[in-house]
Amino acid sequence: MTIKNILAGATVALGMATGAVADGHEPVKVGFVYVGPVGDGGWTYEHDQGRLAVEEALGDQVETVYVESVPEGPDAVRVMTQMALQGADLIFTTSFGYMDQTIEVASQFPDVKFEHATGYKRADNVSTYSARFYEGRAVQGHIAGHMTESNIIGYIASFPIPEVIRGINSAFIHAREVNPDVEFKIVWAYTWFDPAKEAEAANVLIEQGADVILQHTDSTAPQAAAQAAGNVVTFGQASDMAEFAPFPRVSSIIDDWAPYYIARTQAVIDGTWESMDTWDGIGPGMVKIGEITDAVPAEVKASAEDMIERLRTGEYHAFTGPLNRQDGSVWLADGEVADDGTLAGMNFYVEGIDAEIPQ
Amino acid sequence: MDLSSINPILLLASLMVAATPILLAAIGELVVERAGVLNLGVEGMMITGAVCGFVVAVNSGSPWLGFVGAAVGGALLSVVFGVLTQFLLSNQVATGLALTLFGLGLSALLGQGYIGIKAPSFPDWDIPLLGDIPIVGPIVFQHDPMVYVGLIIVAGVWAFLKYSRAGLILRAVGENHEAAHALGYHVVRVRMLAIMFGGACAGLGGAYLSLVRVPQWTEGMTAGAGWIALAIVVFASWRPWRLLLGAYLFGGVTVLQLNLQAAGAAIAVEYLSMAPYLATIAVLVIMRAGRAPGSLGQSFHASR
Repeated sequence: MTIKNILAGATVALGMATGAVADGHEPVKVGFVYVGPVGDGGWTYEHDQGRLAVEEALGDQVETVYVESVPEGPDAVRVMTQMALQGADLIFTTSFGYMDQTIEVASQFPDVKFEHATGYKRADNVSTYSARFYEGRAVQGHIAGHMTESNIIGYIASFPIPEVIRGINSAFIHAREVNPDVEFKIVWAYTWFDPAKEAEAANVLIEQGADVILQHTDSTAPQAAAQAAGNVVTFGQASDMAEFAPFPRVSSIIDDWAPYYIARTQAVIDGTWESMDTWDGIGPGMVKIGEITDAVPAEVKASAEDMIERLRTGEYHAFTGPLNRQDGSVWLADGEVADDGTLAGMNFYVEGIDAEIPQ
Repeated sequence: MDLSSINPILLLASLMVAATPILLAAIGELVVERAGVLNLGVEGMMITGAVCGFVVAVNSGSPWLGFVGAAVGGALLSVVFGVLTQFLLSNQVATGLALTLFGLGLSALLGQGYIGIKAPSFPDWDIPLLGDIPIVGPIVFQHDPMVYVGLIIVAGVWAFLKYSRAGLILRAVGENHEAAHALGYHVVRVRMLAIMFGGACAGLGGAYLSLVRVPQWTEGMTAGAGWIALAIVVFASWRPWRLLLGAYLFGGVTVLQLNLQAAGAAIAVEYLSMAPYLATIAVLVIMRAGRAPGSLGQSFHASR
């Protein structure tokens, strides 16, 4: 993988050495660092769709490069450094595990703007951005709670970070709300992308009685495993995964990064870029809910669509009390809404989840 | 914790499935290394096999033809490695790494139009009479055909290396290529055939992922399985039956830890996730390590 990234870095260098635009101004050079392959069909695929949207919207004002499958570690530092040295004006680092590396490289290149996805550390030249995926998980949990017949919902988790824990809690709360007998079985894959392991995790959950599978990993392998099993409901993750609709995939969370990427690149072009934190959800359109198929009963579909609308308008918050922590202590009183600070650093399960968060 | 939710029969059956792609790739690499060649391009050949097998299976409608296509694809890619290392005498380590990079890129290109397409699948074989044996039947005799192909290849390689004249020649080439050459054996020819066999097996392992285990084509889907296969060859001390043990141990512990997680076992998830690697290392420490083939990784030139 290291040599792959060295070669990829050389490709970045070549890409950034290309000429100026027709009017004599250098195009703004934008780099993207991806944790998976662009063909993963999920997380990285959607980030790359955002990159392509930047090229389409801004034309010859911009030049983009990317390096895919960059491990979350020292390799990321090297790839980011290479991009900065080769003249990148703006670099998007698109995974939580790049957080410290982004800060480290940004401190060495104060004139380069950095945008880190799903993290919480900022600097004068580092912004953070994320989507309120947990809103989509609420919708998925609502549908899952209605559709499970075994009352066992399987959840394939990636890494025990706040983003993933928020999703588990949100899905569980809304599944339990409509079906008090629901039980979650959680498997930690410790990978963002490993189709064989994701498929194996799905098969294990199915063998242990799960008839609904939720995933916070990036490939479509769990969808394929569910399709092979024949009677298991799934949801698209990060991308629509519509090739598995209308069943097993009955809906999806879609990350739409394009408007944000275009706006932030335009800000660099205009000289108005400032360090900021963005955390948008269904309302601003950063999170979209994929078509709810007819495999979902009409009344469930209607109630899910109502929830989507209430989340969109802000009338409803996915974490609204009364809610207790796993140990039974009160977290949110009746009608109280979770604050963003707690959600951003969430490191606990809500009451009813019979599992432990890896430390 | 509800361990009753783990079905031990299903667990052991899925162990065989989980181990098969690694087993197929590793047995091919074992033959390559016994011939004195170190091919670190297993990952690249696996993923090329995964895409070739998938493309052929989709277009022909036959998973059998898919596996043939995968073997051919893996073997063809290995020929590139063979020509570079055996005829042009390039460094085997660097060339193998380059082969992996090339395979990853080539497969992404070839597979672009096949994302989201469903491939034809094997029905599981329920071997008559044997499949009906209580407990043993569902564990051993109700799998897809490639599980048994993998076992047959392991047995065949063992018999070939131990009992055949050709196997003896291959081992001689791997142990001391100068001596083998002095005895009149065609070192490069033997090694090229071994390299192609290794490529074909890696291709089969990759196709097992894309046609059976996942089953779909996704870019980068081998996700390091080729490197595990390489490690298991060393774990096995270059012996086929130990290799079978290593693949089943790694695959089995992987499946077991996922099952224990899902059942809510009172063991820290971190330890469960480490378990496949720890178990493999522990067994390697306990077992007496074998010696690598004497000429492993060394270039051969007849005029030297």
